[in-house]
Amino acid sequence: MTNPATGPARDIDTLWWAMLAGAMVVFAAVVALLVLAFVRRHRADDVSHDDRGAYKVIVGGGLAAPIVVLAILFGFVIHVMPATSAPPGPTKLTIDVIGHQWFWEVRYPGTAVVTANEIHIPAGTAVDVRATTVDVIHSFWVPRLNRKIDMIPGRVNRIELDAPDPGVYRGQCSEFCGVGHAEMAFDVIVQPPHAFLAWLHAQERPAAPPAGAAARLGRRTFLTVGCEDCHTIRGTAAAGRVGPDLTHVGSRRTVAALTIPNTPRMLFDWISNPQRAKPGSRMPGFASLPAAERHALVAYLEGLR
Amino acid sequence: MAIGTVARERVERLDRIWQERPGLTGWLTTTDHKRIGILYLATSLVFFAAGGAEALVMRTQLAEPERRVVGPGTYDQLMTMHGVTMIFLFVIPLSIGAFGNYLVPLMIGSRDMAFPRMNALSYWLFLGSGVLLYSGLALGHAPDAGWFDYVPLASRKYSPGPGVDYYALGLILNGISSTLAAANFLVTIARLRAPGMSLNRMPLFCFAILATSFSLVFALPALTTDLVFLELDRKFGLHFFDVGRGGDPLLWQDLFWIFGHPEVYIIVLPAFGIATSIIPTFTRRRMAAFPLVALAELLVAFIGFGVWVHHMFATGLPEITMIFFAAASLIIVIPSGIQIFAWCMTMVTGKPEYRTPLLFIVGFILFFVFGGLSGIMLAAVPFDQQVTDTYFVVAHFHYVIWGAAVFPLLGGLYYWFPKVTGRMYHETLGQATFWLVFIGTNVTFFPMHISGLLGMPRRVWTYPSALGWGPENLVSTLGAFFLAGGLVLLAANLIVSGFRGKPAGPNPFGGATLEWATSSPPPPYNFAVIPEVTSAYATWDEPDRERDAARLERGELVLEGGHRTTSTTPVDGRLDEILDMPSESPWPVTLGFLATLGFAFVLSNHLVMAAGVGVLAAAVLAAWHSNEPEAA
Repeated sequence: MTNPATGPARDIDTLWWAMLAGAMVVFAAVVALLVLAFVRRHRADDVSHDDRGAYKVIVGGGLAAPIVVLAILFGFVIHVMPATSAPPGPTKLTIDVIGHQWFWEVRYPGTAVVTANEIHIPAGTAVDVRATTVDVIHSFWVPRLNRKIDMIPGRVNRIELDAPDPGVYRGQCSEFCGVGHAEMAFDVIVQPPHAFLAWLHAQERPAAPPAGAAARLGRRTFLTVGCEDCHTIRGTAAAGRVGPDLTHVGSRRTVAALTIPNTPRMLFDWISNPQRAKPGSRMPGFASLPAAERHALVAYLEGLR
Repeated sequence: MAIGTVARERVERLDRIWQERPGLTGWLTTTDHKRIGILYLATSLVFFAAGGAEALVMRTQLAEPERRVVGPGTYDQLMTMHGVTMIFLFVIPLSIGAFGNYLVPLMIGSRDMAFPRMNALSYWLFLGSGVLLYSGLALGHAPDAGWFDYVPLASRKYSPGPGVDYYALGLILNGISSTLAAANFLVTIARLRAPGMSLNRMPLFCFAILATSFSLVFALPALTTDLVFLELDRKFGLHFFDVGRGGDPLLWQDLFWIFGHPEVYIIVLPAFGIATSIIPTFTRRRMAAFPLVALAELLVAFIGFGVWVHHMFATGLPEITMIFFAAASLIIVIPSGIQIFAWCMTMVTGKPEYRTPLLFIVGFILFFVFGGLSGIMLAAVPFDQQVTDTYFVVAHFHYVIWGAAVFPLLGGLYYWFPKVTGRMYHETLGQATFWLVFIGTNVTFFPMHISGLLGMPRRVWTYPSALGWGPENLVSTLGAFFLAGGLVLLAANLIVSGFRGKPAGPNPFGGATLEWATSSPPPPYNFAVIPEVTSAYATWDEPDRERDAARLERGELVLEGGHRTTSTTPVDGRLDEILDMPSESPWPVTLGFLATLGFAFVLSNHLVMAAGVGVLAAAVLAAWHSNEPEAA
C-alpha cells in the first residue's frame, strides 16, 4: 500500500499484508490440487466413484480450514476496527470538510477561517474531521492518513486524522460524483503546531487590500463582472457561496482542487477557460473579458495571501 | 440403435406435431425453449460486443495519464453503459436466458419449459429493455451516473437529462423479463422433471439454475422498488431520496445492494452449474460430494441475501452493523470453499482430459479462488474502507464476474456447441484461444489491484501523471486488447465450425446428463420418448437408455397424441400427469413490443400514449389467454 503515515493507516496496512500472506497460502493449496490432478491424469488404475477420500479433503479444506482461518481474520478485523473509527468525542481540533461538485470547502469552527482544497492540520494532534456535503455524495479519503468516509446529504460523518509528521498528504474524492469526479483532489498539509497556528491566524484576517494599480483594477473587476456571485472574499462585498472562498487564494498551492498549480500564468488560463483544465467545472469562462482585466484579476487574486 | 417401423412412425408423428413455422415468422412466434435459448444467445453476444467496445474505448482513454480520447461526459456514459450492459444485457441473459433455457428442459428430460409462451415473452421483454437502453446511447443520452446510480447524483436536480430515465425504465423492463424467466424455471424444475428424477438425481446445473431463480425472484423486487421510487422522484417530484423533505439517499443504496449482492451470486451460480457439468464429463468421474455441492449452491444463494451492507462500509454505519455484515460476508466463503474443493477433488480422483471446455473450467477455478480471496479481504471492514471505490475493487469484481462467471460460460459455449449445432469446434484453436483469453484476463485485471492499492479511485476518466499510475494502466490497456483479440478468435472458431465443423453425433464428449441422450441438434420435442431416470448421470446409465428405445417401440410415454410432455411430483419425481403444452404464438412478441413501446412513451413523458398502449397490451393479454389449447 502507499506508505502509511499514521497509526490507523499502518494498522490497515498490516491487515493487508497479513491477509495477502494468508491468501497466498490458500491459493497455493488450490493450485497444488489442480497440479496434482494434472500429474495423475494418465495413472494406471481405473477411476473410482468412491467419495470417501474426497469427502475428507472437501470437508477439511472447504469447511474446517475456512472456519478456523475466517475466525482468526474476524478477530483481527474487530481488533483493527477501533483504530480506524471516528474519535469517540470531540478532540482538540475539529475541522468541517464540506464536499461540493467539485471542490472541498474547509472550515475551522470557532474561527473565521474558510479555505478550499487544502486542509492544514498540526502534527501530532488528533483532528476530528466532520465530513458533510452540500450536493451529491462524495467520499473523503487521504490514503496515507486513514480510511475513507463518505459525505452523505443529511448526515455528519466523522473521521480522525492524527499525523505525527509534517508533510503534504494527497487526498481525493472516492465516490463518483459527476463529471468533475476525477478532478476533485485536495492536500492535507501537516505542519508543526506553531507553524499551523501562524497559518491559522493569517487565514483569519480578512483579505489584504490590493497593492498596486493592476490589483486595484482586479478587485473592481472581481466585484463587477460576476465573480462575487459565486465566491466570497472576506473584507469585500463578495459573499457568494457557490465556489471556493478566495479570501487567501494567493496562499494556496493549487487551483481547482489540485487540477493546476497556482501560478499567474495558469490562473490566467483558468479564468479564461476553466473547461480546458477541468471539463464540466461549474465555473464559467471569462475569455470575453479584455485580457487586461483578466491579468488584473490574476494580480489581485495572487496578492490575496 | 436400430429403429423399427412402428417407432419410426411414432417419431414422424412427433415431428409433425412439434413442427413450427419456417423462416422469420417461426423465430418471431416460437415457443421452443431451444430456439428461445438461441435468440438469447445471439442477442446477449451482440450486447457483449457493445459492452466490450465500450471497455476498449475506456481502456484507450486510461492507457496514459491525461489523455483526451474522450471527455468525462462521454466516459461516464461509457462506464455506466459498460456496467449495465455486461450485467443485465450480457451475463444474466447468456447464463440464464441462453444456457438455462436451452439446457434445463433437456437435462431434466422434458419437452419444453413449463410456460413456453411466457418464456418467449421473457425474451422479447429482454430484447426490448436492451433496445431501450441502447436507444439512449444512440441519441446521446445514455445514463451516466454509474451502474449503481447513487442518488442524489441520479436525481433530477443533478442529472436533469433523460439518461437516468433510460436506466431506470430499461432496468424495470429488464427485471420483469428476468422475473418471468425465474418463475418459469422454478416451476419447470419443480414439475417437469422426467419420471424417476427425484431431487437427488437432478443434475447440479439445474440446482444452480434453481438457486439462481430463487435469488432472482426475491432480489429483483428490491431493485424494481428502488427504480420506481427514483422515477417517482424524478418524474413526479416525490421525495423518497430527498433529505430536505424527509427522504434518505441511503435508502437507495440499501435497496440497490439488497438486490445487488444476491445479483453477484445470480451471476456466478450458473457458472458453478456449468463447472459441475463439464468436470464430470472430462474426468470420467461423478461429481465428488454431490449432496454437499447441491446444498452449497442453495446456501450461497440464501446467505447472499445477508451481506449487502459490505458495499456500504464507508457510509458511516454503526460498528455493530458492520461487524454483523462482515461476519455474514465471511460465512458465505464456506459454501464456496466446499464447491472449490469438490471441483478440485473430482479432478484429482478422476482422469481429466484437458480439452477446451475443461481448460476454461480450470481457469475459472483459479479466477474464482483469486477473486474470492480478494473478496474476503473486502469483508475485512477497515481494509474495505481503505480500498473501496478504488481500482482494487474493479480488479476484484472483474476476477469474479469476468474470470469466474464468464469463463465457464465460454467453456460452456465450446462444450454445448456440438449439441446445438451438430458440429465440432476446432479443438487446437479452442485450446489456443483459452490461453490467449486466460493470459489476457490476467494482464488486464491484475495490475488494477496495484493501481487501486496505490490509491487510484474508480470511475475517473483520467488521472494526473505525477501520481505514477501510468504503467499499471498501460499494461491493463494492452491486456484488454490482447483479451479482445482472443475473444475474436473464439467467435471465429465457433462461427466457422458452425458451417464446416465435423459432424458431432449425439454425445461427442461422453457427457452424463440427458441432453447428450438425444440427437445433436435435438428435435423440437427433445426426446422421442420421455426418458426414465435412475441416477444423476442418466446418459451414463446405458441400460436405462436402451429401455427408452424399447419404450419407443411400445409407445410408452411417447405422447404422440398431441403437443405434450409429462409432469412429475416436485420431490420424488413420480409421474403425475400428462400436460398439454401451448405451441407457437404471435402474442408474446406482440406483448413484448407493446410493453417496450409503453415504456418508451413513459420515458418521453407521453403518459396518455403510454396508457393507450397499456390498454392495447391488456387486449393482447386477453387474446393470448383465449387461445390456449383445450385439454385433451
